[in-house]
Amino acid sequence: MAITHPLTAALPSTQEALPDGPVVVADDVTLAFAGVVAVKGVSYEVAPRELFAIVGPNGAGKTSNFNLVSGVYQPTSGSMHVLGHDVTTMKPHEIARTGVARTFQNIELFENLTVVDNLMLGRQQHLHYGAGAAMLRTRRVQQAEVANREVVEAIVDFLDIQSHRDALVGMLPYGVQKRVELGRALAMEPKLLLLDEPVAGMNLEETEDMARFILDIRDELGVTIIMVEHDMGLVMDLADRVLVLDFGEVIANDVPSVVQRDPAVIRAYLGGTDMAELEGTR
Amino acid sequence: MTTFLQAVVSGLALGTIYALLALGFVIIYRATDVVSFAQPALMVFGAYWAMYFATVIGWNFWVAVVIAAVLGAVMGAVIERLFLRPLVGRPVFSAVMVTIGLDIVLRVIVDDLLGINQRTMGDPFGLQTVNIGGITIPQSDLAAMLGAILVISALLVFYRTTKYGLAMRAAAFDQEAAMAQGIPVGRMFGLAWALAGSMAAIAGTFISMGNSSLSRSTWVFALRALPVIVLGGLDSIRGAIVGGLIIGVAERLVAAYQPGAAPWLGAGFELVVPYIVMLVVLLVKPYGLYGTAEVQRV
Ligand SMILES: Nc1ncnc2c1ncn2[C@@H]1O[C@H](COP(=O)(O)OP(=O)(O)O)[C@@H](O)[C@H]1O
Ligand SMILES: [Mg+2]
Repeated sequence: MAITHPLTAALPSTQEALPDGPVVVADDVTLAFAGVVAVKGVSYEVAPRELFAIVGPNGAGKTSNFNLVSGVYQPTSGSMHVLGHDVTTMKPHEIARTGVARTFQNIELFENLTVVDNLMLGRQQHLHYGAGAAMLRTRRVQQAEVANREVVEAIVDFLDIQSHRDALVGMLPYGVQKRVELGRALAMEPKLLLLDEPVAGMNLEETEDMARFILDIRDELGVTIIMVEHDMGLVMDLADRVLVLDFGEVIANDVPSVVQRDPAVIRAYLGGTDMAELEGTR
Repeated sequence: MTTFLQAVVSGLALGTIYALLALGFVIIYRATDVVSFAQPALMVFGAYWAMYFATVIGWNFWVAVVIAAVLGAVMGAVIERLFLRPLVGRPVFSAVMVTIGLDIVLRVIVDDLLGINQRTMGDPFGLQTVNIGGITIPQSDLAAMLGAILVISALLVFYRTTKYGLAMRAAAFDQEAAMAQGIPVGRMFGLAWALAGSMAAIAGTFISMGNSSLSRSTWVFALRALPVIVLGGLDSIRGAIVGGLIIGVAERLVAAYQPGAAPWLGAGFELVVPYIVMLVVLLVKPYGLYGTAEVQRV
């Protein structure tokens, strides 16, 4: 199914030129909690328009890496640059405003609000008016809100969630919530999209839909994507490059076909099982 | 009939002021999950500013009201930043206790500024009345009603149709997710407090004008907004408005009829009415008229 709705027109700032160089540069990043070192001396770069996957067993530090990129955590040592900014001193909402959107491993939607309102919240930073103008509801405020609704409707169409648009998110089935969360991230017109286990807990059909959305977002909008995922089949199918973490450390970083055969990966991550076999059992 | 209509109209005037106060509580609650008991102090402080600029400095009363609203907003925002922001992420109970402490401290300060006398607000109404269809309405009631309707409408439009309303709710619901949307969560908390401070200031001014006055005991009035929010539902904007009007009208009807009909209940019985209405509604609807069943997030 091709995109029949003009997402590129609806989300223009995803089309803006990226700063030169990699979108993400992690340089020898370490993150220690009391007692646990979640990320140990990790370095990697993500190129513009790349679909970059991070895999590894539970507790390997994948989500922690996302939290370092999005500013929820600050590195204990090392440096992290995102879209040309040194994010080590930036607050999460400031990083979000540079064009970084994310979904969460355990869906974090505003359950007490409707689907449309959730997507509207993703649009916050694209509404350029202040509290004073909002209080007076100036013409500019009204125009901004109308234009904004159109973007949200385009995303609702793209994700095929028209029938749920006015439903309270908390009442929706899990698979639909995953989609809504992707929609909210997309509404931010991100330049970098972080997807934490986007197909976890989904059935085959839902997984295939989600995979197509992810590819469309990358191909049509040119958004750089970092995806944490356990579904090896999906990772091998979609990713341009795969970073493999184990106990917080990088054990491989290459194209899927190479990573798949990497002895260290097979040994450490899969306990000897061949990845190709795993893919077959999906 | 005239007595009845007169009581209803004066009840509606009182009710719009209750609604204004109740909205302050509701907006802070919806943005931060905290019931702020600092509203009485903010109300008296706001009224003090209006009185100060209108009578001491001698500026136009309505200019003084606008200044009071702005200073009320500033006070709300500063209080939030200095005393509540450091408690974000801690149990809501601590924040509620802090608001109680703040209320006491601020009222000591404003009591000192006020002195022991009753202060007139410097409004142009005094005891003048207007006669509409045989009902005599104090001009100050009419002005308070119109003013409150204006402020509440502006707030509703702001809250319902602009990005700030949604952002404030999102900030309360899930701070991490809100920040991931680029929402400056702390600033949304500040905004909620600023709005509440401003509305408290206007309510305090309106309740003290006309044949009333501003004094050290004016703060008690703000406590009568508590039955209003419990009646309407802690997290409901509509509830604050409807609840305010119901309690305002009930109070004035009782004031008009009870001394004749049931004198044995004693003088000033109407002041108990808000609490009685609240208790009766709670028996039937524990979350208030419009409150959501699970207002408390776990
Ligand atoms: N806020 C935290 N405090 C303490 N330990 C944490 C925290 N977040 C993550 N960890 C620990 O860091 C390690 C990596 O976690 P995480 O990044 O969530 O792994 P993954 O997403 O790969 O499953 C785990 O041992 C986890 O328990
Ligand atoms: Mg994880």
